[in-house]
Amino acid sequence: MNTLHTITVTINGQAYEREVEPRLLLSDFIRHEIGLTGTHVGCEHGVCGACTILFDGEPVRSCIMFAVQANGHEIMTIEGLTPDASEENLHPLQASFREAHGLQCGFCTGGFLMTLLPFLKENPDPSEQDIREAISGNICRCTGYQHIVDAVKIAAAKMEGQ
Amino acid sequence: MKPPPFEYFAPTTLDEALDYMADYGDEAKPLAGGQSLIPTMNFRLAQPEVLVDLNGLAELAYIRPAAGGVSIGAMTRQRSVERSPLVAEQTPLIHETMPYIAHPQIRNRGTFGGNLAHTDPASELPAVATALNARFRAQSRSGQRWLTADEFFVDLFTTALEPEELLVEIVIPPLPARTGYAFHEISRRHGDYALVGVAATVTLDDSGLCEAARLVYFSVGDKPVEAVQATAALAGQKLSAAAIDAAAEIAATQDIDPPGDIHASVAYRRHLAKVLARQVLAAATARAKQD
Repeated sequence: MNTLHTITVTINGQAYEREVEPRLLLSDFIRHEIGLTGTHVGCEHGVCGACTILFDGEPVRSCIMFAVQANGHEIMTIEGLTPDASEENLHPLQASFREAHGLQCGFCTGGFLMTLLPFLKENPDPSEQDIREAISGNICRCTGYQHIVDAVKIAAAKMEGQ
Repeated sequence: MKPPPFEYFAPTTLDEALDYMADYGDEAKPLAGGQSLIPTMNFRLAQPEVLVDLNGLAELAYIRPAAGGVSIGAMTRQRSVERSPLVAEQTPLIHETMPYIAHPQIRNRGTFGGNLAHTDPASELPAVATALNARFRAQSRSGQRWLTADEFFVDLFTTALEPEELLVEIVIPPLPARTGYAFHEISRRHGDYALVGVAATVTLDDSGLCEAARLVYFSVGDKPVEAVQATAALAGQKLSAAAIDAAAEIAATQDIDPPGDIHASVAYRRHLAKVLARQVLAAATARAKQD
């Protein structure tokens, strides 16, 4: 039952090899095994969106996947957005959230950003309705969402020029 | 909120997966997208001894034309179905339904076959598959069989699949000529389970009268509920606003027996069922006239 499986997972461009129990959730693998704690764990049943990561480029909820399923796959977490973790080099999406007060406590923010990164690539000029639809799977209890929607509009304008 | 221990197998071919299912029988659960199974395990409402992960079965991830309709491999991601030009062209009712299923993050992982085999009474696809006369191919080590939607959906979270069987393919036949379709649901928030939802198809005869109609609800019973008395009342009729209104009344008061819970009372669900029936029958009729 507790057979360990050896997996190799690429996270933010770096390959990691670890031995895992099948029942280890991908969110816990990222946080506890790899030490990347920017991926937050809210509800642990796929409802809140705080644990959203990019799995082979697509946003998914890491709390309802097993780490063993990530074997051979590529993951990007919130830490991959600003590799040198410097304030000057914030991703335009992060800078826009700061500018528009798109966060208060910040617990949900990583999940929002990982959801929005591929969304803005596919929809460089989204309408307010598109934005609200895109973030419908991420829960924020502080902002009331309006400032998040504002931040996404600012980010879209910033990223269009790039 | 951590899942219980289990043994994990990751076959890379269907034959290998069917061997595991045959060997472990009742102890094994197939793991498709896991978007319902893993939360259930996190809550420890499910404690399977063995998980057979189907995500390595590339042979079950496809969308192909099939005799004027579409054939969809069970392990096709919901997001792929949503984005498929073939699905949009050949079976637009499914195309229109996909965005209502949970959220993009869930649809990126969730599979078309997994959703149907899970048979959540509040799920959209079982009702739509019923309205479209979908056929289901089940396979085990000893062979395969085809099932209709009526045969496949048995009860609450229960299909006709035997423990050693896997759902491998779903075939959606083409709609007949002069047929329109529509889908609608009411939920508190986008992506939530619907309080009531319904799918409809309407086929007109040469003279523009109703030849046949289907009206299939979800979230009003243990499995998809077809409003047979309502649609029988429409057969041979001119689909006027009054006729549609009368059929919607029959559907909401005689065809369904919805539950009441903290989300919606029985009376509210009946009210929604009537309003939605009116809307989808009118929309499907308008489309049938253009078809």
